Amino acid sequence: MKTELSDRLWDVAIVGGGNAALCAAIEASEAGATVLLLESAPKPYRGGNSRHTRNFRCMHRAPLSKLTEAYSEEEYFDDLLRVTKGHTDEALARLTIHESESCLPWMEDHGIRFQPSLTGTLSLSRTNAFFLGGGKSLVNAYYNTIEDLGVTVAYNAAVTDIAIKDNHFESLQVKIEDSSVRIQAKSVVLASGGFQADLDWLARAWGPAARNFLIRGTPYNKGVVLKCMLDQGAVSVGDPTQCHAVAIDGRAPKYDGGIVTRLDCVPFSVVVNENGDRFYDEGEDVWPKRYAIWGRLVAAQPNQVAYSIIDSKSAELFMPSVYPPITADSIEALAEELGLPVTTLTRTIETFNAACPQHLESFHPTTLDGLATSSIEPAKTNWARPICEPPYYAYSLRPGVTFTYLGLKVDESARATSEKGRYDNVWAAGEIMAGSILGQGYLAGFGMTIGTVFGRIAGREAARHVC
Amino acid sequence: MCAEKTEPTIKDTINGAIEEAHRQVQICNACRYCEGYCAVFPAINRQRSFSNSDISQLANLCHNCRGCYYACQYSEPHEFNVNLPRALAEVRAQNWQTFMRPRALATGFQQHGVLLALLFIVGLMLMLFAASYFRNIGDGSGFYAVLSHSLMVSIFAPAFILPLIVTGFGLRAYWRAVGGQRISVSHLASALKPVANLENLSGGQGQGCNFEREERYTNSRRWLHQACMYGFLLCFASTVSGTLMHYLFASPAPYPLLSVPKLLGIPGGLLLTVGCAGLAWLKTKADASLGAASLWGAEMAFVLLLGATGATGLLLYAATGTGLMPLLLAVHLGSVLTFFLTMPYTKMTHAFFRFAALIRDAQIKQENA
Ligand SMILES: Cc1cc2nc3c(=O)[nH]c(=O)nc-3n(C[C@H](O)[C@H](O)[C@H](O)COP(=O)(O)OP(=O)(O)OC[C@H]3O[C@@H](n4cnc5c(N)ncnc54)[C@H](O)[C@@H]3O)c2cc1C
Ligand code: HEM
Ligand code: SF4
Ligand code: SF4
Repeated sequence: MKTELSDRLWDVAIVGGGNAALCAAIEASEAGATVLLLESAPKPYRGGNSRHTRNFRCMHRAPLSKLTEAYSEEEYFDDLLRVTKGHTDEALARLTIHESESCLPWMEDHGIRFQPSLTGTLSLSRTNAFFLGGGKSLVNAYYNTIEDLGVTVAYNAAVTDIAIKDNHFESLQVKIEDSSVRIQAKSVVLASGGFQADLDWLARAWGPAARNFLIRGTPYNKGVVLKCMLDQGAVSVGDPTQCHAVAIDGRAPKYDGGIVTRLDCVPFSVVVNENGDRFYDEGEDVWPKRYAIWGRLVAAQPNQVAYSIIDSKSAELFMPSVYPPITADSIEALAEELGLPVTTLTRTIETFNAACPQHLESFHPTTLDGLATSSIEPAKTNWARPICEPPYYAYSLRPGVTFTYLGLKVDESARATSEKGRYDNVWAAGEIMAGSILGQGYLAGFGMTIGTVFGRIAGREAARHVC
Repeated sequence: MCAEKTEPTIKDTINGAIEEAHRQVQICNACRYCEGYCAVFPAINRQRSFSNSDISQLANLCHNCRGCYYACQYSEPHEFNVNLPRALAEVRAQNWQTFMRPRALATGFQQHGVLLALLFIVGLMLMLFAASYFRNIGDGSGFYAVLSHSLMVSIFAPAFILPLIVTGFGLRAYWRAVGGQRISVSHLASALKPVANLENLSGGQGQGCNFEREERYTNSRRWLHQACMYGFLLCFASTVSGTLMHYLFASPAPYPLLSVPKLLGIPGGLLLTVGCAGLAWLKTKADASLGAASLWGAEMAFVLLLGATGATGLLLYAATGTGLMPLLLAVHLGSVLTFFLTMPYTKMTHAFFRFAALIRDAQIKQENA
């Protein structure tokens, strides 16, 4: 295998094995190029973070496949402006949005199947197209497609170095199993994701607290390729110190916990830190809108941990969780179970309960019901009901990192750039360049859209360069 | 001091299988990515917590299409180790072994293909013996010269009816456990549709299941199963029509080509034989660890036996009037006898339990609507 790979000059080498890499491989191969795809993960873990996804956000002028109604370019762009607070490259953003419409039929032609939006996600049925079986089945379908196209795939193949001379890519150094081989190709597509799985890098960027973060996706996205490019003078985009983090179940695995570790109970709960104190308004907005800020909030607490506490009347108001809650019949017993200071927690809950409104009839779990506490800091501005009906339940919360923002700057043809100008033959797609478009915040389903649009462009352009 | 090693009892294994399914169903309920594949996930998503009977119902609803296994981001080597097709297959197996009485027979035939083969040989010997012993004592011509009609009836009527009764009791136990209600015509109608087109093996969109080609979908298993199932039903209809002709029209077998029993039986036999051969072949290609692996041999024995009933029926027809006929008759009747006698205890029970589960699912959907 190793000599087969290193003995020849490939037209296009693709670094990575997730959505962006696969889309690039399909386009390059269909354009007639010989393609080698290098995936650092072993086969069962192929597909990076893409294997954890469930949908992509798609513009459409009329109902399309399983998508209802219409979602215009303007509305899509406004949604993006809102979450990024303007931190986006308008030309690239509009290109992505515009192209997303033709991506859906292209995906269907290449083996992807869609399903109506999942139970509990009705609000997304117009904007986001859900993959039947989720991201892993998408990844499987694309691997089948590239196998049929004759693309060569190497698993356990981690790129360790990229040789670039005078803005011209020459070869890759790849660790395959235990040996290091040199792979030569006429052009290269970098689609190896962000650096969120490298805890040392996260700790350097964010601070030592980052060592306590959980990584929601693949352990293989360590940013080796990104770092190698930046060290050689590639132009970067995106805030190098930031990552997208949400609050997830503190019992989740260190890596790859994926979607099931999410917890939706915060708005109905009281959230305390290790000292048993509240620190933020749990009822600020409906959960999907506040999901992302809680990652940072928990990250700022001692030991990066917090506890969300509800009582029995709220137990069924949110999506079921993967781990059963910690349960007790009194707040004291719950504090002991959780290892929290008993007196502080009891006082926190008593103070909170006393500040809750008298009349709770207007409680409404899915809209801002205005049931707010009075005269406590921080206030809880919606869904403020006393925690008083045993049994009591608690979930621990930790920050779970989804992705990092730092990436390579690209142009509309997905070509990467150094300080000396555009590279001759280096393209980038997916998370590794998403910071150009998504400079801040997150828009559900946009990661896969960026990867699909730019993966396709990169594959096409890289092939055009050589064929 | 080392702890005393105790063999796990049947009860432990049953609890183990159910526990494991509980664990995995909880993960699926937090994930829901597979909602579009089959009836199992919508049934999971309707609930937050599950009793053991709920798990049984989910298990019998599962068609082992394996779509959710290959789509799962939590399959081995991930620490969540989700393998829902296997977990549910194991619960199903436990169900079929515990609801059917006597349990020893159910456990025996479900787990040991060899027992089915032995019984087949016994059945065959019995038929051969009957054929030679009663030869010419009989009252008829054709087949009945070999084995008299009254003797056939006195062997086969109980061999058919007793197992049906046993199956009926087993189903009743299942129905009670899953909280089944009175069955209405509309329940039956909603359950018959997914039987008729086996939509739970269709991958949700007609692309098929992931039985024998891993991540790739195919409809082979679905079509072969329908060949087998419709073939079986045609053969059954053929036998019934023959019985009616015998008693109502005093027209005994063998029948000419253009007669109801033959027009049903020949296509039925062909479909049954081809279907079973195909299913057996697919079984050798598929990954046994996505089902109840310990039952593989017994399942294979069942598929082959079922196929043999069809194939020997056809051969028997081809051998009409030749000297091979008595031997083939004995082989055919021996396989049919074995098939019916063991019906409550072999993989054949899947048809009854799955049908019951589909009816129950239709009821729950109506209750929730
Ligand atoms: C739990 C979770 C859920 C998500 N849900 C959604 C969603 O529903 N919709 C959505 O749009 N986005 C979602 N996202 C974001 C989405 O996963 C990413 O935006 C998208 O997958 C990025 O695709 P990619 O191809 O760039 O990277 P990835 O899919 O992460 O692929 C990177 C690949 O590069 C490989 N690699 C890394 N380093 C090397 C190296 N040195 N050599 C060789 N290969 C290497 C990795 O093994 C991997 O295969 C989710 C993220 C997470 C964590
Ligand atoms: C209610 C009607 C039925 C349903 C819903 C049904 C469903 C299924 C399903 C889902 C499978 C594959 C999964 C598994 O192995 O468990 C299967 C296998 C099979 N079925 Fe059925 N079935 C029905 C009736 C029948 C009938 C009437 C027959 C013929 C007598 C039959 C014969 C078989 C055979 C031979 C197999 C293959 C077993 C194996 O590979 O181990 N089925 N059935
Ligand atoms: S089988 Fe896996 S992917 Fe499918 S719903 Fe269950 S946990 Fe999710
Ligand atoms: S194996 Fe198929 S039928 Fe069974 S639960 Fe999974 S998707 Fe549904």
